[in-house]
Amino acid sequence: MIKDLLRRAIGHFDQFLLGALVLALIVSMFVQYSATGQDMARVTNQMGSMLIALALMWSVACLPPRVLQQIAVPVYVLGMLLLVGVALFGETSHGARRWLHLGVMRIQPSELMRIAVPMMLAWYFARREAIPRLRDHLVGAILLGMPLLLILKQPDLGTALMIGASGFYVLFLAGLSWRLLLGFVVMGSAAAPFLWSMLHDYQRRRIEILFDPQQDPLGAGYHTIQAGIALGSGGVAGKGWLYGTQSQLDFLPERHTDFIFAVFGEEFGLVGSLLLLLLFGAIIVRGLVIASNGSNTYCRLLAGSITLTFFTYVFVNMGMVMGLLPVVGVPLPLVSYGGTSLVTLLVGFGILMSIQANKKLVAT
Amino acid sequence: MVSGDRLFRMNFRSELRNTPREQYFFRLRLIVAGVVALACFGLLATRLFYLQVIQYDHYHTLAESNRISLVPSVPNRGLILDRNGVLLAHNYFVYTLEIVPAKVKNLEQTIAELSRLVEISSLDLKRFRKLRAERHDFESVLLRTRLNEEEAARLAVNRYRFPGVEIRSRQLRHYPQGALGSHLVGYIGRINESDLTRLHAEAVKRGEETDSNYLGTDQIGKAGLEQYYETRLHGVTGAQQLEVNADGQAVRVLSSTPPVSGDNLMLSVDSKLQDIAEKAFGTRRGALVALDPATGKVLAFVSMPTFDPNLFVDGIDSDSWRELNESLDKPLINRPLRGRYPPGSTFKPFVAIAGLEAGVRQPPFSISDPGFYMLPGQTHRYRDWKPEGHGVVDIRRAITVSCDTFFYGLAHDLGIERLSGFVSHFGFGKKSGIDLNGESEALLPTPTWKQKRWKQPWYPGETLIVGIGQGYTLVTPMQLAQATAILANNGVAVRPHLVDGIQEGGSGITRPMVLETVDKVTLDAKNVELVREGMMDVTRPGGTAASVGAGAPYTIAAKTGTAQVVGIKQGEKYNANSIDERHRDHALFIAYAPAEDPKIALAVIVENGGHGGSAAGPIARQVMDYYLLGKLPPAPAPAKNAPPAKPVNADAIEEELHD
Repeated sequence: MIKDLLRRAIGHFDQFLLGALVLALIVSMFVQYSATGQDMARVTNQMGSMLIALALMWSVACLPPRVLQQIAVPVYVLGMLLLVGVALFGETSHGARRWLHLGVMRIQPSELMRIAVPMMLAWYFARREAIPRLRDHLVGAILLGMPLLLILKQPDLGTALMIGASGFYVLFLAGLSWRLLLGFVVMGSAAAPFLWSMLHDYQRRRIEILFDPQQDPLGAGYHTIQAGIALGSGGVAGKGWLYGTQSQLDFLPERHTDFIFAVFGEEFGLVGSLLLLLLFGAIIVRGLVIASNGSNTYCRLLAGSITLTFFTYVFVNMGMVMGLLPVVGVPLPLVSYGGTSLVTLLVGFGILMSIQANKKLVAT
Repeated sequence: MVSGDRLFRMNFRSELRNTPREQYFFRLRLIVAGVVALACFGLLATRLFYLQVIQYDHYHTLAESNRISLVPSVPNRGLILDRNGVLLAHNYFVYTLEIVPAKVKNLEQTIAELSRLVEISSLDLKRFRKLRAERHDFESVLLRTRLNEEEAARLAVNRYRFPGVEIRSRQLRHYPQGALGSHLVGYIGRINESDLTRLHAEAVKRGEETDSNYLGTDQIGKAGLEQYYETRLHGVTGAQQLEVNADGQAVRVLSSTPPVSGDNLMLSVDSKLQDIAEKAFGTRRGALVALDPATGKVLAFVSMPTFDPNLFVDGIDSDSWRELNESLDKPLINRPLRGRYPPGSTFKPFVAIAGLEAGVRQPPFSISDPGFYMLPGQTHRYRDWKPEGHGVVDIRRAITVSCDTFFYGLAHDLGIERLSGFVSHFGFGKKSGIDLNGESEALLPTPTWKQKRWKQPWYPGETLIVGIGQGYTLVTPMQLAQATAILANNGVAVRPHLVDGIQEGGSGITRPMVLETVDKVTLDAKNVELVREGMMDVTRPGGTAASVGAGAPYTIAAKTGTAQVVGIKQGEKYNANSIDERHRDHALFIAYAPAEDPKIALAVIVENGGHGGSAAGPIARQVMDYYLLGKLPPAPAPAKNAPPAKPVNADAIEEELHD
């Protein structure tokens, strides 16, 4: 009886994925201990978040994919309502309106949309038959565009980009025509100057600085320059845990959140960085395998989108720290400090596990 | 891929869901995405390799310079002490208020707020702006100096309000004797662009990339000993390697090299003697140099008027500068070194010894002086200062009475080449080599010089004029004192020096100055004796400076001189706005004593003082009295109230008034 219960409980966990995730979380604790200036309280706090997130992941993993499919629309509608609520009654902090006070707790509805948007789109395309038509693409674009506009308005470029990516992955995997894709790329390039003018000054500045960080070494370019110095000076073997001068002497800004990879790279060097990249790669590959084995279209589209979005997080964050991409507010998944994003992330992985637990019986 | 997609569309538009095929195309797309993701990871890995392997050295250096801050520790500047250990220059520490502009958001507002706490004058502000323009924004710039305890405390309490504002302790130079000997001690001042250029050039010459010894030092010797011995006085700057965080706060000391204090200078100058000499000048302008003939030690080095070198330490204010610079008395000129005066009759003893050594005038040669001299075959009369002449005059008496006629003939018979050639052994026309910068060579004329300078041949009459120390001949007081010392030292020229010993800042060991003989001319003892006798007679009754020798318990060999001012250039535009008083003759006096065993040799010049014996002589006497006897001059020293002890005959007084 107990054995059976235990098997059922564990059975929902994809062991490979679970191992990789836990390994990443352990790494995260060590890096955070270093990045917070050996602040054990902070690390403990993050461990609490991890436990909550893991618990949620387990709960989600226990749900059958059918339920996940059924709640897609309600969750999406709820998310949209909350986003509208934010736009109307949201709390402003640091010039951005992202939070909503709901009596006892403060929530960030855009976090919910990270899951809700791919679910909604996967739900929609799973219902369409065969090849999506232009009309399907348009409906998809509207379902994706509405929350995006509200989030961009907050403004929260980082989240908007990630949600946009997750939606795009659903469209792509559902069979977005190559011609349309090409058309978007061409149109996007043509619209670039217009989009450029739509950006906020600080966002424009970040892109300008990306191409020439020395333009403003103490201002907007400071992050990129100091992160480059941290990574580069780490060398092959790294300076050793707790011995990164850039990290320990406060030269690195936002080092336990968005720039945590610079701390990691400085203290663990090229060897450590490549191993971390390998770990992320393993998670992604596992995710793609799960997506490929999904029992129905909804499962496949959702799992694929979640996995590719995870990849996008990793790439955008690392590219930003390495000076390949502009500085946008995207944390390194699993490693950066912060409970909310961890919860969203692990809920995503919970969905993957649920899909994996109910995969098609016939393996390919 | 594209074709496969098309296939997918064509085949399934009409059909119902075909799960395996749909899944096939889904996987195809998944693989595309996976390949793109892999490529992206490859890009990241490549970038990592570039940063952490290829660019490692570059970033390593950057990280080190981020974390390590080199803070110079400024050495204590060496002291300057007189022969008895009296301080002439020392340092003290003051609290200063400084600002690092880079760390201040609103500079004007910060200064305004600071000025509510401590007084900040317009002068302070002016200096601040000037210094700021010269420095980097991250360097600390001086706003207020000499904060008193109360001000420093008030600022310290409020410091948290002013990021980028610092209270520091700085070393300031002080000259406790004030204006005493300011021309020999000199002064330090702020390092300017040309100093920096020079320091850099010197560093490059030493094989260094850039000068590091002056990091943290903002003042440098500008004049006098402060300038000449700059390198020794400055010492060696130490350094602290600090590990700093991003806010620039020191986290720990990585390494520390302590500074080595500058060397202390022990002078041969006696500040008391210097003081007596300066006071003896009163308000008159002039110069005095006193030497120990055997060793070249400078005992007193007077340039009058003097100035207070403390004015320069903090950066001189424009009013004081204008006053010093535009004064007709030219207090900033170092007269002993740079004042060029015709030697007048003080030149005669050297012409005499030249004649004796050349065998042109050997005793018992004498002339009968008619009061003038005529060149053979010419009718132009070269007049003696005494129109009726001196009667029968031999070489000894010629010195005593300063007989021009005798020296006209002597100079003519010697010729200019031999005359100039010989007296150059006494240092005329050459730098003495004293340990101060900016010494003038003055001028010992030769036909070659004249041809080069004026493109004219030498005329025989000009030789006569040189023979009595007039004409082109110019000397500095330093040269005249050195010449007197060489004469007193039987022709041996020792390089004069103000610094007698140097106490090394690092080891504390005192190294005495090495005696350096720069020239030596063999003189016949008989001839030296003869000139000395003539010079001793000068201070005896009947000599041109009889009153100077009156009552002296030691023997004095001396010579008076008078130099015409009008029509004689003096370098600089010295007489530009001169009034009549400034047209009066310069009074000159040289002496050594005791005559038999000289301990002191000196030269005195009183500008526009009139007659050498009466104007310059008494100054020399006071100096010799103190040096040889320890005797202080009478307190207020009003000459009129102190009549000579014994009546001097009228003839002598009349003679003194002339030369």
